[in-house]
Amino acid sequence: MDQPQGSATAAQTDEGNVEICSTCMHLPGCKLRSKQDSPILLCDEFEEGEWNADLVTALIDKHRDQRGGLISILEGVQANYGFLPEDALRLVSARTGRSLVDIYGVATFYKTFSLEPRGRHLCSVCVGTACHVRNSPAVADELACQLGVQPGETTEDREFSFETVNCLGACALGPVVVVDGHYFPQVTTREVGEILEKTKTGLDRVEVATDERVFPIEVFCARCNRSLMDHRHPIEGHPSVRVTISFGRKHGWLRLSSLYGSYTIESEDQIPEKTIAHFFCPTCHAELAGATDCPLCAAPMVPLIVRGGGMVQICSRRGCTSHLLDVSGLGA
Amino acid sequence: MINLKINGIDVAVDWGTTLLEAAEFLGLPIPTLCHMEGLTPYGACRLCVVEVGKPPNSKLVTSCTYPAEEGLEVRTASARVVRARKIIVELLLASCPQSKTIQDIAAAMEVRQQRFRQENEDCILCGRCVRMCSEQMVAGAIGFTGRGQDRAIGTPFDSHSEVCRLCGGCIYVCPACELRCTYTDPEKAICGGCANLAPPCVDKPQFDDMMCYMQPCVACEIKED
Repeated sequence: MDQPQGSATAAQTDEGNVEICSTCMHLPGCKLRSKQDSPILLCDEFEEGEWNADLVTALIDKHRDQRGGLISILEGVQANYGFLPEDALRLVSARTGRSLVDIYGVATFYKTFSLEPRGRHLCSVCVGTACHVRNSPAVADELACQLGVQPGETTEDREFSFETVNCLGACALGPVVVVDGHYFPQVTTREVGEILEKTKTGLDRVEVATDERVFPIEVFCARCNRSLMDHRHPIEGHPSVRVTISFGRKHGWLRLSSLYGSYTIESEDQIPEKTIAHFFCPTCHAELAGATDCPLCAAPMVPLIVRGGGMVQICSRRGCTSHLLDVSGLGA
Repeated sequence: MINLKINGIDVAVDWGTTLLEAAEFLGLPIPTLCHMEGLTPYGACRLCVVEVGKPPNSKLVTSCTYPAEEGLEVRTASARVVRARKIIVELLLASCPQSKTIQDIAAAMEVRQQRFRQENEDCILCGRCVRMCSEQMVAGAIGFTGRGQDRAIGTPFDSHSEVCRLCGGCIYVCPACELRCTYTDPEKAICGGCANLAPPCVDKPQFDDMMCYMQPCVACEIKED
C-alpha cells in the first residue's frame, strides 16, 4: 500500500484548502495527495478505482503471515476502493486459503467494512441514550428526509452515506452529528440543512488565521537545547522552524511552519515525495532522531522539544501527515 | 491425571478433558444442544451450564468448553444450575418453539410454560451446521454473517456457494430444522426439494454417498439410474 501524503505540504500548494479522501490518498493515482488535509471519504478527483488484482494481491502478501492479518487486508482493500468488492473478497479467500464464508463473516461483522460503495461524505447521527432523549431521532429523520435515504444507505449521486450510530461517547454534546470526522454538537432539525450545505462546500478548510486548532509552537533541539526558531524568516506570520536535512546525496536547510497543524515548508532542495530525510540540528549538527516510528508510514519520527515542556514528533517522510504532540511533560 | 470433584464424587480425568466429558464419564446427565461429538466445543447454547467453585464465589460455566482443573468442585444439578437452565430453555423455546429437540429438552427438564414473547425464528444460532460444514464435511460453505440481532447463518453474498455440494449435513445436525424434510407428512419422506436445487449434487461427483446426509433423496435415485 502506498503511503499517505502531505506531511510537509509544499509551499506552493496554497493554504491547503483542498479536500483529500482517505480512499484515494493511498492510491498512486490520486492527484490531490500532495495537497493534504484531513481525510474525507471521496474527493472530486477520485476516479472510481478500477479493479486491480495486483494491488489486492500485494496487500494479501504483505499481511499473509501475520496473526489477524485478515482484518488488515480487508482494511487495505476498503481504503483502496471505499468498499469491499466481491471479487476482492474472493481473491483474498483464494490466496489466504481461508474459506470465503469466514471472510464474508468478518466483513459483515465489523461496521467499518462495507460491501457496497460508500458515499463521498459519511454522515453519522448518534441515537444513543443521551442523544435520543435530546431528540436525535428527529434529527435523524430530518437528515433521512433531506438526503432521501434511510440510515445505512447511500444517496444515488454517491454524495452522502447516512448512518445512525449507537453512541459516540460525546454524550455531553448531544444530539451529535458527525460528518467526515467533524462533530456538530447540539444539533436541531433546523441546522440539518446547514450542516449538509457546509459539507458540500468543504468542511476541511483550515483557516490558519482563525482556526483555533492551529497554534504556533516553539521548539528546541533535543541534544543541545538551543532554539530551532528562525525569527528572520517567518512562515505564515510566525517564526519558522529551521533544521538541516539530508537525503540521498543532498544536504540543505529546511524551514517548517511552526503552526501545529500546518504543513507548509520551504526547503533549499526540492524533496521528492516519499523520501525519508535525516534531520539535523543546525547548531550542534546532531541528528534529530528518536526511537519511535511513524504510525502511518513506519518512517522514523523526528523529536523536537517544545518550549514549556513536552515534545512534538514529526514524520521524516516527505508527504506523510503524521505528527504527534506529547505534552505529558507539561507542568511537571 | 487431574483430580476433581463432581457432585461430591472424586474423579480423575486426563488433561484436556472437559467438565461435560468428565460428568458423562460418571454418568451424570447434562443437557446439551450446541454440543456434538466430532465437532469442536462451542458453548453457544449455554444449556450445559454447571456450577464450579465454592458457594459464595461459585460461578456458572459451560461444561462443554471448560477444561477440568485440579481440585475443582463442580455441581451439575444444584438449584442455581437448574434455575439457569430452565430460563435458558424457555428463551430457546421462545425463539424456536417448533423445534422438537428443544421441546424434548424442555419436557425433560419439566419446563411447563414459556413466558417470553414468541419469535418463531428458524435458527437458534447454535453453530452446529457451521461446524459440521467446515469440520466434518470439509466444505466451509456456510458461516455466521452480520452482528448482534442481524447475526444469521448464511452463504457468502447470500447466493449459492460454489463449495456447497448439497450434502445436507447442515440440515442433519440442525436442532431446529432436523426434521424439515419429513416433519409435515411422514408419508412423503421424499420432498424432492433437494433435487430441485441448482446445480444438483449429482453434478458434483467428487464425493461419494458416504459424505451425504440427504437420504432419502431423489438425486441419488437419478444418479443410480
